[in-house]
Amino acid sequence: MGSHLLNLMIFSALVSTVFAMLLRDDTRARLRFGLLAFGGFMAAALVVGWAMYPLPL
Amino acid sequence: MAQSSEVMVRAARPAAAVPACLLAWLLPGAGHLYLRRPVKGLVLMGSILALFVLGLALDARLQPYLGFDDPLAILRSLAQMAIGVPYFIARALGFEAGMVTSVTHEYGNTFTEVGGLLNILVILDAFDTALGRKK
Repeated sequence: MGSHLLNLMIFSALVSTVFAMLLRDDTRARLRFGLLAFGGFMAAALVVGWAMYPLPL
Repeated sequence: MAQSSEVMVRAARPAAAVPACLLAWLLPGAGHLYLRRPVKGLVLMGSILALFVLGLALDARLQPYLGFDDPLAILRSLAQMAIGVPYFIARALGFEAGMVTSVTHEYGNTFTEVGGLLNILVILDAFDTALGRKK
Protein backbone atom coordinates (compact mmCIF):
# COMPACT_ATOMS: atom_id res chain seq x y z
CA MET A 1 0.00 0.00 0.00
CA GLY A 2 3.04 2.28 -0.24
CA SER A 3 2.37 3.16 -3.89
CA HIS A 4 0.75 6.57 -4.30
CA LEU A 5 -0.60 5.63 -7.74
CA LEU A 6 -2.15 2.41 -6.43
CA ASN A 7 -3.79 4.29 -3.55
CA LEU A 8 -5.12 6.84 -6.03
CA MET A 9 -6.54 4.11 -8.27
CA ILE A 10 -8.22 2.24 -5.40
CA PHE A 11 -9.67 5.44 -3.95
CA SER A 12 -10.96 6.58 -7.36
CA ALA A 13 -12.51 3.20 -8.13
CA LEU A 14 -14.36 2.96 -4.81
CA VAL A 15 -15.64 6.56 -4.84
CA SER A 16 -16.69 6.27 -8.50
CA THR A 17 -18.62 3.10 -7.69
CA VAL A 18 -20.57 4.81 -4.90
CA PHE A 19 -21.34 7.85 -7.06
CA ALA A 20 -22.46 5.64 -9.95
CA MET A 21 -24.80 3.65 -7.68
CA LEU A 22 -26.30 6.81 -6.19
CA LEU A 23 -26.61 8.96 -9.28
CA ARG A 24 -27.75 6.49 -11.97
CA ASP A 25 -30.58 3.96 -11.93
CA ASP A 26 -29.83 1.26 -14.50
CA THR A 27 -26.80 -0.97 -14.83
CA ARG A 28 -25.60 0.34 -18.19
CA ALA A 29 -25.79 3.99 -17.13
CA ARG A 30 -24.03 3.15 -13.85
CA LEU A 31 -21.20 1.41 -15.66
CA ARG A 32 -20.77 4.30 -18.06
CA PHE A 33 -20.90 6.93 -15.30
CA GLY A 34 -18.55 4.94 -13.07
CA LEU A 35 -15.94 4.58 -15.80
CA LEU A 36 -16.21 8.28 -16.69
CA ALA A 37 -15.87 9.32 -13.04
CA PHE A 38 -12.90 6.99 -12.54
CA GLY A 39 -11.20 8.36 -15.66
CA GLY A 40 -11.93 11.91 -14.52
CA PHE A 41 -10.43 11.30 -11.08
CA MET A 42 -7.29 9.73 -12.54
CA ALA A 43 -6.82 12.35 -15.27
CA ALA A 44 -7.38 15.27 -12.89
CA ALA A 45 -4.95 13.88 -10.30
CA LEU A 46 -2.23 13.20 -12.88
CA VAL A 47 -2.63 16.62 -14.57
CA VAL A 48 -2.59 18.49 -11.24
CA GLY A 49 0.35 16.33 -10.10
CA TRP A 50 2.36 17.26 -13.18
CA ALA A 51 1.36 20.93 -12.87
CA MET A 52 2.70 20.98 -9.30
CA TYR A 53 5.94 19.20 -10.22
CA PRO A 54 8.10 22.39 -10.29
CA LEU A 55 6.79 23.53 -6.87
CA PRO A 56 8.13 24.85 -4.59
CA LEU A 57 9.87 27.21 -7.01
CA MET B 1 -47.30 10.04 -16.64
CA ALA B 2 -50.22 8.79 -14.53
CA GLN B 3 -48.72 5.30 -14.62
CA SER B 4 -45.28 6.47 -13.47
CA SER B 5 -46.85 8.44 -10.60
CA GLU B 6 -48.76 5.32 -9.63
CA VAL B 7 -45.56 3.28 -9.64
CA MET B 8 -43.82 5.89 -7.49
CA VAL B 9 -46.67 5.96 -4.96
CA ARG B 10 -46.67 2.18 -4.81
CA ALA B 11 -42.93 2.11 -4.25
CA ALA B 12 -43.05 4.76 -1.51
CA ARG B 13 -42.76 3.59 2.11
CA PRO B 14 -42.77 6.80 4.16
CA ALA B 15 -42.99 4.89 7.45
CA ALA B 16 -39.74 3.14 6.54
CA ALA B 17 -37.81 6.40 6.05
CA VAL B 18 -36.59 6.82 9.64
CA PRO B 19 -35.57 3.18 10.25
CA ALA B 20 -33.90 3.09 6.82
CA CYS B 21 -31.85 6.21 7.61
CA LEU B 22 -30.92 4.87 11.05
CA LEU B 23 -29.84 1.52 9.62
CA ALA B 24 -27.94 3.28 6.84
CA TRP B 25 -25.96 5.22 9.44
CA LEU B 26 -25.33 2.18 11.65
CA LEU B 27 -24.04 0.09 8.76
CA PRO B 28 -23.41 1.56 5.29
CA GLY B 29 -25.85 0.03 2.77
CA ALA B 30 -28.10 -1.55 5.42
CA GLY B 31 -30.80 1.07 4.79
CA HIS B 32 -31.05 -0.02 1.15
CA LEU B 33 -31.14 -3.68 2.18
CA TYR B 34 -34.03 -2.81 4.52
CA LEU B 35 -35.80 -1.07 1.60
CA ARG B 36 -35.34 -4.24 -0.51
CA ARG B 37 -32.65 -2.85 -2.83
CA PRO B 38 -30.17 -5.71 -2.23
CA VAL B 39 -27.79 -5.08 -5.13
CA LYS B 40 -27.50 -1.37 -4.44
CA GLY B 41 -27.17 -1.99 -0.70
CA LEU B 42 -24.45 -4.60 -1.05
CA VAL B 43 -22.41 -2.58 -3.54
CA LEU B 44 -22.61 0.53 -1.35
CA MET B 45 -21.76 -1.50 1.74
CA GLY B 46 -18.78 -3.15 0.06
CA SER B 47 -17.39 0.09 -1.36
CA ILE B 48 -17.73 2.19 1.78
CA LEU B 49 -16.48 -0.50 4.14
CA ALA B 50 -13.56 -1.13 1.79
CA LEU B 51 -12.67 2.58 1.98
CA PHE B 52 -12.85 2.46 5.77
CA VAL B 53 -10.86 -0.76 6.22
CA LEU B 54 -8.21 0.34 3.72
CA GLY B 55 -8.03 3.65 5.59
CA LEU B 56 -7.28 1.75 8.79
CA ALA B 57 -4.65 -0.30 6.96
CA LEU B 58 -3.11 3.00 5.85
CA ASP B 59 -2.69 4.07 9.51
CA ALA B 60 -5.60 6.49 9.79
CA ARG B 61 -6.25 8.24 13.09
CA LEU B 62 -9.77 7.72 14.47
CA GLN B 63 -9.39 9.55 17.76
CA PRO B 64 -12.13 12.21 17.85
CA TYR B 65 -10.96 15.80 17.92
CA LEU B 66 -13.43 18.20 19.53
CA GLY B 67 -11.24 21.21 20.34
CA PHE B 68 -12.40 24.58 18.99
CA ASP B 69 -8.90 25.74 18.08
CA ASP B 70 -9.05 23.67 14.89
CA PRO B 71 -12.65 23.62 13.53
CA LEU B 72 -11.68 21.63 10.42
CA ALA B 73 -10.41 18.79 12.62
CA ILE B 74 -13.87 18.64 14.25
CA LEU B 75 -15.45 18.23 10.82
CA ARG B 76 -12.96 15.50 9.93
CA SER B 77 -13.79 13.61 13.12
CA LEU B 78 -17.54 13.95 12.46
CA ALA B 79 -17.01 12.68 8.90
CA GLN B 80 -15.29 9.56 10.25
CA MET B 81 -18.12 8.99 12.76
CA ALA B 82 -20.64 8.99 9.89
CA ILE B 83 -19.41 5.47 9.07
CA GLY B 84 -21.46 4.28 12.06
CA VAL B 85 -20.86 1.05 13.99
CA PRO B 86 -17.66 0.05 12.11
CA TYR B 87 -16.05 3.29 13.36
CA PHE B 88 -16.79 2.45 17.00
CA ILE B 89 -15.74 -1.19 16.56
CA ALA B 90 -12.42 -0.08 15.06
CA ARG B 91 -11.84 2.28 17.99
CA ALA B 92 -12.70 -0.46 20.47
CA LEU B 93 -10.19 -2.72 18.72
CA GLY B 94 -7.43 -0.16 19.30
CA PHE B 95 -7.16 1.51 15.88
CA GLU B 96 -7.90 5.00 17.19
CA ALA B 97 -4.38 6.37 17.47
CA GLY B 98 -3.20 5.57 13.94
CA MET B 99 0.46 6.20 13.18
CA VAL B 100 1.34 9.82 12.49
CA THR B 101 4.85 8.92 11.35
CA SER B 102 3.56 6.56 8.65
CA VAL B 103 3.99 7.66 5.02
CA THR B 104 0.37 6.72 4.31
CA HIS B 105 -1.16 8.35 7.43
CA GLU B 106 -2.84 11.19 5.51
CA TYR B 107 -4.07 8.76 2.85
CA GLY B 108 -5.66 6.72 5.63
CA ASN B 109 -7.34 9.79 7.08
CA THR B 110 -8.68 10.71 3.64
CA PHE B 111 -10.01 7.19 2.98
CA THR B 112 -11.88 7.04 6.30
CA GLU B 113 -13.22 10.60 6.11
CA VAL B 114 -14.43 10.26 2.53
CA GLY B 115 -16.04 6.92 3.42
CA GLY B 116 -18.03 8.69 6.15
CA LEU B 117 -19.01 11.57 3.87
CA LEU B 118 -20.17 9.13 1.20
CA ASN B 119 -22.25 7.36 3.84
CA ILE B 120 -24.06 10.64 4.53
CA LEU B 121 -25.03 10.69 0.83
CA VAL B 122 -26.14 7.06 1.15
CA ILE B 123 -28.34 7.94 4.15
CA LEU B 124 -29.98 10.75 2.15
CA ASP B 125 -30.46 8.37 -0.79
CA ALA B 126 -32.16 5.84 1.53
CA PHE B 127 -34.48 8.63 2.70
CA ASP B 128 -35.39 9.59 -0.88
CA THR B 129 -35.87 5.92 -1.79
CA ALA B 130 -38.24 5.37 1.13
CA LEU B 131 -40.30 8.38 0.07
CA GLY B 132 -40.49 7.08 -3.51
CA ARG B 133 -38.43 9.89 -5.01
CA LYS B 134 -35.84 7.41 -6.27
CA LYS B 135 -35.92 3.82 -7.51
